[in-house]
Amino acid sequence: MPITYTSGEQVEVYRFSFPVTIGIPLLALFVQAFVPLRFPRFAVYFDLPLLVTIFFAMARRSPISGLLTGSVIGLAQDMLGHNPIGLYGIAKTVVGYGASSLGVKLDVENAGARFLVTLAFYLVHAAVYFTVARGMVNMTQTWSWPHGIVAGLANAFLGVLLYFLLDKFKQRT
Amino acid sequence: MESVLGRYRNLIILVGVLFLQVLGLAMQVKKSGNDEEKTRLIRVWAVDAVTPFERAVVWAQNGSSSLWHNYFYLRGVRAENRQLKEQIEHMRLEQVRLSDDAAQARRLQILLAFKEQFISRTVAAQVIGSSGSDLSRIIYIDKGKNAGIEPDMAVMTSDGIVGKVLLVYPSVAQVLLISDQSSGVGAMLEKTRLQGVLRGTANGEVALERVMSDEQVQVGETILTSGGDQIFPKGLPVGKVTEVGSGKDLFLNIKIKPAADLSKLEEVLVLIEKQEQPAQSEDAVHLRASDILAQRLPSVPDKPAADAKSAAGAAGTGTANAATPLQTPVKPQITKAAKTSSGASSVHITPLPEPRSEPADAASTPSRKSDGTAVPTTAPTTAAEPDAAPIKPTAPRPKSGSPSTPSSPPPNSQPPVDQNSPQ
Repeated sequence: MPITYTSGEQVEVYRFSFPVTIGIPLLALFVQAFVPLRFPRFAVYFDLPLLVTIFFAMARRSPISGLLTGSVIGLAQDMLGHNPIGLYGIAKTVVGYGASSLGVKLDVENAGARFLVTLAFYLVHAAVYFTVARGMVNMTQTWSWPHGIVAGLANAFLGVLLYFLLDKFKQRT
Repeated sequence: MESVLGRYRNLIILVGVLFLQVLGLAMQVKKSGNDEEKTRLIRVWAVDAVTPFERAVVWAQNGSSSLWHNYFYLRGVRAENRQLKEQIEHMRLEQVRLSDDAAQARRLQILLAFKEQFISRTVAAQVIGSSGSDLSRIIYIDKGKNAGIEPDMAVMTSDGIVGKVLLVYPSVAQVLLISDQSSGVGAMLEKTRLQGVLRGTANGEVALERVMSDEQVQVGETILTSGGDQIFPKGLPVGKVTEVGSGKDLFLNIKIKPAADLSKLEEVLVLIEKQEQPAQSEDAVHLRASDILAQRLPSVPDKPAADAKSAAGAAGTGTANAATPLQTPVKPQITKAAKTSSGASSVHITPLPEPRSEPADAASTPSRKSDGTAVPTTAPTTAAEPDAAPIKPTAPRPKSGSPSTPSSPPPNSQPPVDQNSPQ
């Protein structure tokens, strides 16, 4: 029996099977950890777990499931690093909540909207991470608008392609 | 009340989840001394969830590569084998000649190269993963506690240092790269011997900090480990200076290009046992310069005052030559002559300099290869005459050389001794 995290809103809400719900985030974490060994710049510009968080949040259109998905993926990403656990967790929780809340109100099915939403949420994610890392953990962080914009565009471009791929796994409620 | 909770349910849950994470974060930050221990279990879960996939991919990669290289590339291998056998015959002949040269080189190297530390045991490991974030520059290797790896062990490649082991799991270990911001390595410049701290920067570069701005640092200069961090042995290559600029306060901002390519790591070596001892050969322990000289000399007889004076003159000009065959009356042990209070001259005989501190009764050390007659003549004299400033015999000097200021060896150096010279 598939597990669903739908909110039952007016707009079209999708659900995902259990293997997809678990497997896609795990695959994203694995690819994010493995690909930089061959392509070191990948980790600098791309954040696959973030794209997966945004996708699930927008598809389910439920703020609670969105923030929980973001929280779990973010915490898992934290566990693979050596920084205190919770930095990515907090950032992706905010993104998951925001993306699902936006998904309730806007049509985020077309490529243009997805591109802009991903770009915006990448910057939100970076800003939250930066704030928490500097404010709470006292990590040495430098904010770079050029890097943020370039990485945001790169993620948005990859996100649009990835979302169309992941659309195949959607199940209508 | 219920309507308010229902209306703001999503927001309340968001605040609750964020609060829990902030709380957890705050607890880790507060206990920053051992937060890795506190969060070890959940990190183990994450690593255990991801590393099997990474292992599988690496295994598949290696398998396919092995299949390709070991099967498809084996066509024509018989002809190549015959050709290689012929080459081997030629190379064996050359090997005999080279092995003699190598043996000689080794002996000379043992005597002349003074390493403070040397690596005794390493474990080769394959890089199977990374953190996937440019904010946490770590890699995972496929060896862990079962292979003898422990936290804070040095990790390197043949090119240079890579990082240190941060966390160790049974079959996986987490390595903090030197390019991470939280990394710190004791390092020094090869030529000027200036010491500093190697740190990663936010953009993944490596910089040498804590070098005063009034020091001269050249671009291209090699950086070595200083050994001060108690993790990396002294003298391992770190990288080269790529940029020198003025930094914060009174320090220079020195950017480094790591010797090891940190972006393309595949196999690394983990230093699991760092044996610190002065470099020396067994021969060097048992056979010292003073022993050799003592064996060549039957004894140093008591000389009359006139002979002593002439000998003192010779020693005072520094003409003693440790490597000269001892057929002349001028002995290297004779270093100073002085008149006693009664007017009689006395000859002070000092042994050749010792590189290390020896027990007080070094002459009785069993390993010394001295006959019973020669050693007592040379060894104890220095202790009896503490005010006799010995002139340390150094490297062989040209006979026509200037007598002033012989070049002194390093304090812990041994005199060059040709052990193959006839006794």
